[in-house]
Amino acid sequence: MSPESGTATAYQARAHARAQAGAQVATKPTIPAREASGLPAGVRADEVVWDETIGAGGYASRVLARGTRLRLTDLEGDACVNLLLYNADAPAERLNVADTVKVQWNAYIGPGSLLLSDMGRVLVSIVDDICGHHDAICGCSNARWNERRYGSGANHGAYPNARDRFLVALSKHGLSRRDVPPCVNLFKGVRVGSDGTTRLLVRPSPVPGQCVELRAEMNVLVVMANTPHVLDERADYVVTPVRATAWRGGVTPEDDPIRTASPEALRAFQNVEDYYTR
Amino acid sequence: MSTVPAEGVLGIVVHDETVPARAPWSRVVRAGQTLRIVDLEGNQAVDFLVYSLRDDAERYSAPDTIAAQRNIFLVEGSVLLSNEGRPMMTIVADTVGRHDTIGGACSCESNTLRYGHHTKHAHACVDNFLLAHAPRGRGKRDMVSNVNWFMNVPVEPDGTLGIVDGISAPGKHVDLRAEMDVLVVVSNCPQVHNPCNGFDPTPVRMIVFES
Repeated sequence: MSPESGTATAYQARAHARAQAGAQVATKPTIPAREASGLPAGVRADEVVWDETIGAGGYASRVLARGTRLRLTDLEGDACVNLLLYNADAPAERLNVADTVKVQWNAYIGPGSLLLSDMGRVLVSIVDDICGHHDAICGCSNARWNERRYGSGANHGAYPNARDRFLVALSKHGLSRRDVPPCVNLFKGVRVGSDGTTRLLVRPSPVPGQCVELRAEMNVLVVMANTPHVLDERADYVVTPVRATAWRGGVTPEDDPIRTASPEALRAFQNVEDYYTR
Repeated sequence: MSTVPAEGVLGIVVHDETVPARAPWSRVVRAGQTLRIVDLEGNQAVDFLVYSLRDDAERYSAPDTIAAQRNIFLVEGSVLLSNEGRPMMTIVADTVGRHDTIGGACSCESNTLRYGHHTKHAHACVDNFLLAHAPRGRGKRDMVSNVNWFMNVPVEPDGTLGIVDGISAPGKHVDLRAEMDVLVVVSNCPQVHNPCNGFDPTPVRMIVFES
């Protein structure tokens, strides 16, 4: 390369790299998080611990302390958040979708639902939800699925699959292929017919700006991908960006309406409180 | 080995064993072999996981299986898919009608939520699975959502679901043909706090045969 290329020497390469900082893109983290704009009402900037926008096919992971609120916003109305949760301190404990639906006697998750671990504890609760379209049954795509659906499912390609996104994210926390349980999906809902058939809920048109607010009931590792739902029949890989914003909050009090909503919920919270009694 | 002939089995029986009530069980089933699970006394839930023998990080996936067939019930013709989308076993015969794969396995911990803390020390399927996993070095990280043969979990229009009285009966069975070399891991469910075993756990019979 000639000096005219601008990157022929280490000095030039350093200058070239440094000149790239500050470029504006739609999908990135806000660093520091307290500089995030457009916060929910009542949330102070200095309480914000995480703010990141995840684009089509993207992924993110984050450890959130007990009590932290996490708001996920479906910015353009066509996101599908494939979500996994782990006990951040002992990740052999993780989301169990079967226990989640069985213990709560309902196949559908929505406002007030708990996402339960396989150890009889609540990892997060859904404290606010104006969307109501979620899924704890159908899981997420893998490379074969996307290859069949879109012609390619490669992680480095245009149609990344959720499972490989999970694997990359989990590897950064020391976890591996053995550590991918069934996920839940937010912003895309499934309903089950009396004959067992599964049906994706489809809106006439996207509803931008819908939010789901989660409350960490334990110290949790949140792992998410943003990829099309497996029952999405559209030929194109359609998924729009989602924003994750988290802020500090208090541990759930004893009189919390979600904690006391059912005997099963109460025991799930009691098991958490017992776990943190040290 | 059972002394009772494996009636209706087409082929050579390579293994025939009765699993006691409440016990774990595990066995390799080679590609092309068929595993018959017989509900000897009726309405006995058989919690069931499958792992690829070659690479046990590839294992049964309830959501992949459901999404591919667009139905939550396992019936004759259903293909049990892995977490990487490959066929592991196919239901080639079934005299029950349908089986569950969304209800999960009972555990000491989930029992405390469903029935109260007095059930914490009752025997549970997850303990059976963990014990069956131990000899091959698998553990809790390897647990995923399972199949529940002979268990009945309907979903009502408002999403309400529950483990209800079974639709199986003495002698009913399901035949599973292995599509790859697999390791089957079973818990003969010990649960007595819901109707999945008719409140009386009983033995089941495992017959492996090949044509």
